[in-house]
Amino acid sequence: MSKKALTVAAVAGAVATALSGISMPDVAHAQGKEKCYGVSMKGQNDCKAGAGTTCAGTSTIDYQGNAWKLVPEGTCMTMEVPGDRKGSLEPLKRDLPA
Amino acid sequence: MHVLQGNALSPLQLEDFGRSLLDSEADIPAGVIGPDGKAAPKRFSVYRNNVMVSLIEALEQNFPAVMKMLGPGYFKALSKLYVETHPPQSPVMMWFGSSFPDFIDTFEPLALYPYLGDLARFEWAWLQAYHAKDAEIFDPGVLSDLGADALAELTFDLHPSVRIVQSKWPVLSLAEANRFGTRSVDSIEIEGGEDVLISRPALDVIVFRLKPGAASFLIGIAEGLSLGEAAAQAESLNEMFDLGAVLRDSFEAGAFIKVSM
Repeated sequence: MSKKALTVAAVAGAVATALSGISMPDVAHAQGKEKCYGVSMKGQNDCKAGAGTTCAGTSTIDYQGNAWKLVPEGTCMTMEVPGDRKGSLEPLKRDLPA
Repeated sequence: MHVLQGNALSPLQLEDFGRSLLDSEADIPAGVIGPDGKAAPKRFSVYRNNVMVSLIEALEQNFPAVMKMLGPGYFKALSKLYVETHPPQSPVMMWFGSSFPDFIDTFEPLALYPYLGDLARFEWAWLQAYHAKDAEIFDPGVLSDLGADALAELTFDLHPSVRIVQSKWPVLSLAEANRFGTRSVDSIEIEGGEDVLISRPALDVIVFRLKPGAASFLIGIAEGLSLGEAAAQAESLNEMFDLGAVLRDSFEAGAFIKVSM
């Protein structure tokens, strides 16, 4: 097949069209989140990754210590849950299923 | 469960054990005994059943739209056949099912539903995109400083998560109705194919319905053609090709990570 290039002007016009009114994916949104352990209600923990890794919605008790939820960055450590408990960036030993 | 009295299974016994696991008609492997020293067929059956159920569940989780279309009962029976004939090659369950789309295509009783194989291909591509390596996406803003000649010569590296699915069936519409819940089944016209761009620039997988010619353009870019060359190729294959539209979709999908001049 011949590799005839599109005219230079046509390519430039198309790039200009593409750039106008573009909305880029919200990468900052992802970067501004952290995994917070011990704060999710039972069955509400995050993570969804197909077979073998599925753990979303699998926590069995409220504020389960080894289940995490994505929360805005910087808010996890100060997040209070009932009973003088706090969130943690590391898995916790408290509130584990029997 | 006591398996053999020695320390380890010989390779031959392991093979025998593995075969018996996936074949429910097979005798239990030699040496599988209970605490009383007698053969333990019930214990082995429990184990055999758990192996089969966990592999079927893996397929259910990796191909939820196919399961929804076939119904759970049919899907289970189909999956059992697949597990028996295509046992996993890796212990990583999220990689189980790579040949499931081909298996569906060649499964005679499903010949009346020829779009199921491509729907499975779409779901597999989604899973690959989800688990692909992270990479920082390219900011197209830098292109506005370039002259026309330089633009036509540009080449791009695709984000590691990018997958392109080309189908003569409306795979994305089927997935929207049976997986994402964003469309009603009644609204689908089964005539007319769809090409799909899948990527994961951040945490979430993004899915774009590609316009005519866009898939061949992106494949050209993936093969290292310049912007001008890939566009000319796509245009020669499909006169409806719109370079501006596909570039915008690609930028918005975070499909590119690096530009070279």
